[in-house]
Amino acid sequence: MKLRLTAALGLGAALMLTACAANEGQTAETTPTSAVSDGATTGAAPLKGTLNGMGASSVSVAQENWIAQFQTANPDVTVLYSPDGSGAGRDAFMGGGADFAGSDRAFTSEENVAGAFKSCAPDSTALDLPVYISPIAVVFHVDGVESLNLTPAVLASIFKGDITNWSDPLITALNPDATLPDLAITAVHRSDDSGTTDNFTTYLSNAAGEVWDAEPDGAWPYQKGEAAKGTSGVISAVKDGVGTIGYADASQAGEATKASIGVEGAFEQPTAEAAAAAVEASPIAEGRAEHDLALELDSKASGYPIVLVSYALACTDYKDDAKADLVKAYLNYIASEEGQKVAADGPGAAPLSEALRGQVLAAIDSIQ
Amino acid sequence: MTADTVTDPPGAPGALRRTSRQIGDVVFKGFSTGSGITILVLLAAVATFLVGMSIPALTADAADLPFGDFWAYVAPYAFGTVWAAALAMLFAVPLSVGIALFLTHYAPKRVRQIFGYIIDLLAAVPSVVFGLWGINVLAPLMRPLFVWLNQYLGWIPFFAGPVSGTGRTILTAAVVLAVMVLPIITAMCREVFTQTPRLHEEAALALGATRWEMIRQAVLPFGMPGIVSGCMLGLGRALGETMAVAMVLSPAAVINVHLLTSSNPNTIAANIALAFPEAYQLGVNQLIATGLVLFVITLAVNMTARWVVARRKEFSGAN
Amino acid sequence: MNPLTAGRLPRFTEPALLVVCLVVTTAALSVLNAGNPGVIIIVGALLFLLVSFALATSVEGVRHAKDRLAAHVVTGFFLIALAPLVSLAWGTVSAGLARMDVKFFTYSMRNVIGEGGGAVHAIWGTLIITGMATLISVPIGLMTAIYLVEYGARHRLASAIRFFVDVMTGIPSIVAGLFAYTLFSLFFGPGTKVGIAGAVALSVLMIPTVVRSTEEMLRLVPNELREASYALGVPKWRTIVKVVLPTSLAGIITGVVLSIARIIGETAPLLVTAGMNQSLNTNPFDSPMATLPVFVYYQYVTPGIPQDPYHARAWAGALTLILIVMLLNLVGRLISWKFAPKPGR
Repeated sequence: MKLRLTAALGLGAALMLTACAANEGQTAETTPTSAVSDGATTGAAPLKGTLNGMGASSVSVAQENWIAQFQTANPDVTVLYSPDGSGAGRDAFMGGGADFAGSDRAFTSEENVAGAFKSCAPDSTALDLPVYISPIAVVFHVDGVESLNLTPAVLASIFKGDITNWSDPLITALNPDATLPDLAITAVHRSDDSGTTDNFTTYLSNAAGEVWDAEPDGAWPYQKGEAAKGTSGVISAVKDGVGTIGYADASQAGEATKASIGVEGAFEQPTAEAAAAAVEASPIAEGRAEHDLALELDSKASGYPIVLVSYALACTDYKDDAKADLVKAYLNYIASEEGQKVAADGPGAAPLSEALRGQVLAAIDSIQ
Repeated sequence: MTADTVTDPPGAPGALRRTSRQIGDVVFKGFSTGSGITILVLLAAVATFLVGMSIPALTADAADLPFGDFWAYVAPYAFGTVWAAALAMLFAVPLSVGIALFLTHYAPKRVRQIFGYIIDLLAAVPSVVFGLWGINVLAPLMRPLFVWLNQYLGWIPFFAGPVSGTGRTILTAAVVLAVMVLPIITAMCREVFTQTPRLHEEAALALGATRWEMIRQAVLPFGMPGIVSGCMLGLGRALGETMAVAMVLSPAAVINVHLLTSSNPNTIAANIALAFPEAYQLGVNQLIATGLVLFVITLAVNMTARWVVARRKEFSGAN
Repeated sequence: MNPLTAGRLPRFTEPALLVVCLVVTTAALSVLNAGNPGVIIIVGALLFLLVSFALATSVEGVRHAKDRLAAHVVTGFFLIALAPLVSLAWGTVSAGLARMDVKFFTYSMRNVIGEGGGAVHAIWGTLIITGMATLISVPIGLMTAIYLVEYGARHRLASAIRFFVDVMTGIPSIVAGLFAYTLFSLFFGPGTKVGIAGAVALSVLMIPTVVRSTEEMLRLVPNELREASYALGVPKWRTIVKVVLPTSLAGIITGVVLSIARIIGETAPLLVTAGMNQSLNTNPFDSPMATLPVFVYYQYVTPGIPQDPYHARAWAGALTLILIVMLLNLVGRLISWKFAPKPGR
């Protein structure tokens, strides 16, 4: 028995030594110069090291695509992005646990002060760089109903729990062509604290303030309605339920039927172009440092009004210069035309407008 | 304990052998005592951490707390935790004991082996998978049953409407929890039931007892401490289960006993998982403080259960 | 009349009765227009229990009727519990088999988008972290149980340990995760996510389970065995190692395997402590480490587009986890079968 145990241990050790993944370590042999060096503007030396990112789950698909492309181009670099949530990302970034963060909201002016960030130089502040724009779709599942028009006020009443039946006159008035059944509405919201909810409730309170009397927040403010975990949880609750309606990042909505939102007469489907138009109309917040690009979303502008803007958060000045080079290279890639195209092709995000992209690139260039 | 009184068997010859024996005993006893003390230290560390992180939330002014007054915040979740676990145990305990009895005393040998094995394996299914199964398979299946219950038994407060449109209610969550703890309790019960002295069983049967009488008089009393232990393990998991509940339940911060509606009291653990990623500063302290409450609840439930079913020492061989 | 079968119900009675009860229930509920298949089975089964009990009481007497009732209830419980367990097992196997290919066990997720990719990094992570947790927990747990049963008796320390082990079983897994996370953040800087932190978190969950089950099993060892050993002049520690432990070994190993099974699927604590990594990392002291449950979680909760390959990987990961435990279980059984003294049963 002892012999057998030793043999087993030996076998385990041998396996341990051979622990490897077939898809790793091969690309390292290709010379980095021949690879597409997307953002490596810093010089001839190939980039090396590990970049730790954390934050919003809304950009996880885009990050996954960006990382794969970036790592292929720079085989000695490992970029980690753990989609734990915007708050976790901001916290880790402040505490020095992350080199960059993804967040569905920018730092507030009070948060963004010199010295608040552990991995930055002592007098450094943070940069809020909008890198990902995506519409939030309102999805629903009512048998026999293929299209649905909703105004902000009606949408707010449904999610607040004031309108409880699909045959409510307020809904039928907006949808004269649809045959809406006499069926209870189950409004599904996110059960976890999320950036999507934050953006959605911000929209409702801006566009339908007379109905939506709660403060915009990442946590759902009312105790009515159905709740589900994560974007995929909401989508499956809506798809599997009866008479359900919910909201989710449009890229994840899949085949679920999406409602058209807007003021009467101008209902829009959630598309990348419509979302881009809405962001285009939004000014950059005033009273911030030169390269701090927090956007003030205009929820009443034309285009599809419910938009999620996700930011990359970085230091203006990193403690570690090598880190700064890595971050610059990676963010440069994200904001490059190719990076934005990757995000548009994969998760279906709206590409940044040329003007905004120029500002973002200039901001990245200022990182030290 | 009788064994303790026989520390040194009489008539051990030779002083030398005696000391080497004593050294062995001392070392062995030292190691085992040390392990026990390690556990105490570990627990003290966990407790220090929990309490230390909770104090800011417990002492802060309600206005400063991101989730509002602490006790008002935690009350619905505390209720939900106990309520969901109680429902789960209501389903799981009789079923587990039944399965264990079936596997040890009723089933043919082949069935016994195969299913004993399957049940052991199911203890390893990650909670995520239970969550997925709960959302995708169980909830849609439960919905028609919920509608039926509401239609015919709606006058009982438990089954009051309006019925959830998705079936993701606390009853579904409790069923998922029950399925999760079932293998744990069953495995423990099965183990003690097979340990029942064959002589006791045969004596009962020889006296003309039916199989059920034999089980009641020989197997169950003997296995009682094991059953309680298994239940405590299961209850611990049911109270603390995070991911499955977070994924299956449609939560709200309410206290009610409706089993079929969309507004269900959430559990503390699931709420931590849902709110933690976006929490910051005092919010983190507040969530960890709810973790402390969960800890206290589990402890209280555990102690009560121990007290109610006082250990039946006479059946334990070592005492 | 055959005297041996007199006063007993004929064999075919019960199956026939069951069919009759189900038919009657179906008919009755259909008339009432409440024919839900689940409800029919439940009501039909209850009716069967009632009728068969009444019938058996009248023919065989109350004692035998009770015996039959118990057998029916126990079998019924087994069948009821089987439904979800089999549905779950079947679901995992059928959905998981799609990706149980060579690639799944040789590729990591580095630079993988959509189709392809594997979980070799997560498998190694799970093996390493669970292995380390077991290495920490089993010696501590086993020795503590020995102390409690063999040495502690009614000492104050023993009752304190017993009490606190009870307390520890109540630690919610997420809290154990937060504890380990805070501990490592304290010593190695905030946001530290490494494999060993995951192992510590899992140990906090595993130790009490090991102590509990081992203690229970040690207590089942008859005192006669211990006394016989002492009478032969065997010192106490050798008695424990040579008599008590081997006698209860099968149970102890079952307990250990069960507790490994319990922690190997833990998601929440590993999410917080060990984090996620798309690449293979076999060093538990540096960089985040992927584990199977976390892999499954992320593949399912934050899928790319299209979602199907991500979900297929998630199920394959779950199936792999079950297979690992199956293997462990087999090894455990083999060991206990090898070591355990052969009792006369």
